[in-house]
Amino acid sequence: MNETSQILAAIYKAIEEFNLARQETDRLESSPETRLFGSGAKLDSLALVHLLVGIEQQINDTFRVNLTLASDRAMSRQRSPFRTVQTLAEFVGELLAEQGHGT
Amino acid sequence: MEPKPLVVITGTSRGIGRFLAGHFLERGWAVAGCSRDVLDWPHADYHHFALDVGDEAAVCRMFSGIRKHLGGLDALINNAGVAAMNHVLLTPLETARKITSTNFLGTFLFCREAAKLMQRKKRGRIVNFATVATPLQLEGEAVYAASKAAVVSLTEVLARELAPFGITVNAIGPTPVKTDLIRAVPPEKMDRLIARQAIPRFGEFRDVANVIDFFLRPESDFITGQVIYLGGVS
Repeated sequence: MNETSQILAAIYKAIEEFNLARQETDRLESSPETRLFGSGAKLDSLALVHLLVGIEQQINDTFRVNLTLASDRAMSRQRSPFRTVQTLAEFVGELLAEQGHGT
Repeated sequence: MEPKPLVVITGTSRGIGRFLAGHFLERGWAVAGCSRDVLDWPHADYHHFALDVGDEAAVCRMFSGIRKHLGGLDALINNAGVAAMNHVLLTPLETARKITSTNFLGTFLFCREAAKLMQRKKRGRIVNFATVATPLQLEGEAVYAASKAAVVSLTEVLARELAPFGITVNAIGPTPVKTDLIRAVPPEKMDRLIARQAIPRFGEFRDVANVIDFFLRPESDFITGQVIYLGGVS
């Protein structure tokens, strides 16, 4: 499995856990296109915090590295990296590369 | 069998932290403690992490270890603290940094990482350490009192931010307790300070444990963002 697939798998695992505590109609789909933030997203800000913490933990389990996703850099970008699962996975890839991980 | 509830206590190598670790072990809790020193405490339910509470990478590693090896977390007691008695005109910046790092940033880091674990179960208890030096505006303790004022503010805001996750955040403000923290303070200064309390005596370890027990009780789930000062200081 390459790194991008590993990142997506970690995010999907976090989504799976996250869905356990949500009503069926509010559950997130494990897909790169799933919207997490902004228009069309099912999550309020607290739910997004909850999901991001779960994703940080799954990334930690997979890559043995502690990432902080909601960094100043993430928050100050003109286009939020939290828009979709795909943009978030790309952002995680960037953070991992900085920590010396790479394919 | 139900797993034992787990409490993280910072600064367990001596003083109040060490007492609290023993207190919770006696009551059937598992304890994850930390201090800068390696500590070999021969108790099956005590797990020690040697770290500086202001070191983000080390704190994250500790919580990652707790999550993987000890499961969930029920309570956090942010006891670790340092003080330096000095007139502001003679206080080196490095001393101010050290006090801020341990007392405020350490508390912030442990709250953040603990809450990440607690929010999974939608419940948790956090108890921070304030001090009577803040409301008493104690001369010679400007940086210490200010760092703890920051802890009070952090406690009050986190109480609101973490309430939706079922986590309460409170603080205890001890009077002087006979520990290493006040070793360097001249006795006459200490006497004057204690005379300003409604109940003028040194605090005991049990006084601190009593307030923490109260915050940790299941029935205290409607109590958050509060600071309880010992000795009638307000």
